[in-house]
Amino acid sequence: MTGGTPYGGATLGSIHEVREGLGRVGYVADERVASVVYLADRLHKPVLVEGPAGTGKTQLAKSVAEMSGSRLIRLQCYEGLDEAKALYEWNYRKQLLRIQAEPSAPSWQELEADIFSEDFLLTRPLLEAIRSAEPTVLLVDEIDRVELETEALLLEVLSEYQVSIPELGTIRATRVPMVFLTSNNTRELSEALKRRCLYLHMDYPELELEREIVLRRVPGIKEELADQVARIVRSLRSIELRKPPSVAETLDWARTLVVLEIDSIDAASVRGTLHVLLKYRQDIERAAKELLAADA
Amino acid sequence: MLELLSGFIGELRSAGLPVSLTEHLDAAQAVHHVPLEDRDALKAALGATLVKSGAHWPAFETAFEVYFSPHVAKGDATEDTEKSSHVAATPAGGGPAPMSAAELAAMLLRVMRQGDRTLVAALARAAVDRYAGMEPGRPVGGTYYLYRTLRNLDLEGLLERLLDEAHREQELTVFEERLLADEYRARIAALRGAIEAEIRRRLVADRGAQALAKSVRRSLPEDVDVMHASREELAALQRMLHPLSRKLAVRLGRKRRHRRRGPLDFRATVRRSLSTGGVPVEPRFRHPAPSKPEIFVIADVSGSVASFARFTLQLVYAISTQFSKVRSFVFVDGIDEVTHVFDDADDPSVAVRRITAEADVVWLDGHSDYGHALEEFDRRWGEEITSRATVLVLGDARNNYHASGARVLEELRRKARHVYWLNPEPRQYWGSGDSIVDEYAVHCDGVVECRTLRQLERFVSDLV
Repeated sequence: MTGGTPYGGATLGSIHEVREGLGRVGYVADERVASVVYLADRLHKPVLVEGPAGTGKTQLAKSVAEMSGSRLIRLQCYEGLDEAKALYEWNYRKQLLRIQAEPSAPSWQELEADIFSEDFLLTRPLLEAIRSAEPTVLLVDEIDRVELETEALLLEVLSEYQVSIPELGTIRATRVPMVFLTSNNTRELSEALKRRCLYLHMDYPELELEREIVLRRVPGIKEELADQVARIVRSLRSIELRKPPSVAETLDWARTLVVLEIDSIDAASVRGTLHVLLKYRQDIERAAKELLAADA
Repeated sequence: MLELLSGFIGELRSAGLPVSLTEHLDAAQAVHHVPLEDRDALKAALGATLVKSGAHWPAFETAFEVYFSPHVAKGDATEDTEKSSHVAATPAGGGPAPMSAAELAAMLLRVMRQGDRTLVAALARAAVDRYAGMEPGRPVGGTYYLYRTLRNLDLEGLLERLLDEAHREQELTVFEERLLADEYRARIAALRGAIEAEIRRRLVADRGAQALAKSVRRSLPEDVDVMHASREELAALQRMLHPLSRKLAVRLGRKRRHRRRGPLDFRATVRRSLSTGGVPVEPRFRHPAPSKPEIFVIADVSGSVASFARFTLQLVYAISTQFSKVRSFVFVDGIDEVTHVFDDADDPSVAVRRITAEADVVWLDGHSDYGHALEEFDRRWGEEITSRATVLVLGDARNNYHASGARVLEELRRKARHVYWLNPEPRQYWGSGDSIVDEYAVHCDGVVECRTLRQLERFVSDLV
């Protein structure tokens, strides 16, 4: 456990408060999401958010940062991400300059102690988040993209909130950051990682929630239209598609309808704007056939 | 509370969820932070600490409903007994007498049309009172009561009645009708859920959580027996198949890239050595040519094993980039090639649906005849099997006492690299009745029991 390290996230009062706070910054959370965020704050544990693309995983971390007035540090994962990009790196050029700058060379011990000090350390997101003195939210985005071996890099940071640097020793967190990891589930994450996290599965929202999201995020939309949008999207998701419409696409679609000044959706307007929701030709054809009983 | 939690975690483990000790401790800590009277928060807290995969959520949910059903959570024993006698004597739900069938039907229609959430629970209670005929201490599962209630409510017919009524009121376009139907479907599903929950609640009151948990336990989707899966379970499997195949493809692709040491590349090494004054400091290696097998899938698509064959075909095609060629054949007692169906369709699931309609697989009577199918395969395509081919036969080898045609398999094995047989039956049934899998087994490199998605996944990743 983290022992006496002061906790960095703004300590949240209750589940209800979390929900309201998220609502204030435009993130409509259901009870489950709010509970998990609250627990993460209380138990000082990272949250692993998993689910299909475009269901608001990354947005959740951003919103929590905004709500609590914390700084957001983001580590975007990709294949080939390594220690030097995620944790820290020595500033070779500066070290080289330092060595060359003093022709009357001091003893090697002195020099070594000097060039491996914090002045020559380039902090990368993980170390940055740990050393930050202000409240911080660390977002590790799309963790499933890195190799299984790289995942191990995170383990020390996530469970102990510390980083070991051979030349410097262990750097402990000054304030424990709030950590969110997101995954699109393209591969199974390691047991070790999952064990250290709270798990939150984010699926497409229920009808009422989605309507609420549309109302909240699309300026100038009427209630009836939002309701219709949510209903049509639900029907679309019940059809077997290669890529069902995500929340982000629902919002895009709702905005499109507002811009086009469509007040009430009929078959023709759906057909005209279906490409905003669906990104595969076959999907559009199938949806048109199922929903509108017409060939696209 | 801690004791209840231990029992609950024991139940989760019995259902197959991997819950470690750390997670148990986390859960115990987490419940301290949520108000206990808030069931949703409790559920979220336990879910976040104990369930680490979205696919395991339904199993968790069922166990949670049983262990923390509304009045067990209060832990009031006297109330429990009172409640269960209540169930027996006067049906609960507030009403003095059970509603008549006509009243209930009218209420059903009204509630479904209005879609009022709060009324759904009341309706479920009334329906269970009226139809389930629950008796305390009777050792039948919840499904029995559920079946009785649902049959009497006739939910299948309800959708049609609702739509008919909507049609009478105003003219609907196809689009509007579809939306309306989806809405009604969602409401009916909600009602069904409410009835299930109501029955479960009463059973828990009657028998206690532990006894009940065993009878309502749900297996994880990857452990569901494909041959005996219900319609909903099949749908759940279908949904899992896509991410699974993508995951497999990523994993296999990665494995291939990491193993990249071929034999020494002499030319490149010498060339490289020029920069170090002719001394070959850094040897260079060739990239190994990835061995991509050709796959011949021969699948039995007769009634009982059809769903298994479909899943396997779908999975094989979804990762077909890992093979240099995939050809597929389906048979009952005749055999037909269906490779072109997969080539035309972009989506394997569409193709699988088309196979049933298009393939010409019935020769005489439409009962499995492995012997004839294999002979026919050998005659028409036997020459195309080369030493690069891997042959997969999918089926239960229940041959209806026809000739086995094992000769063909022996022949295939001589020509092909590997011959595997995937059998969706449990191993203990092999060789019983008209199953002649043992006769084929001697000619195969392996006969694999493949009843669940998990087993299938393991086989496919070993194959590549």
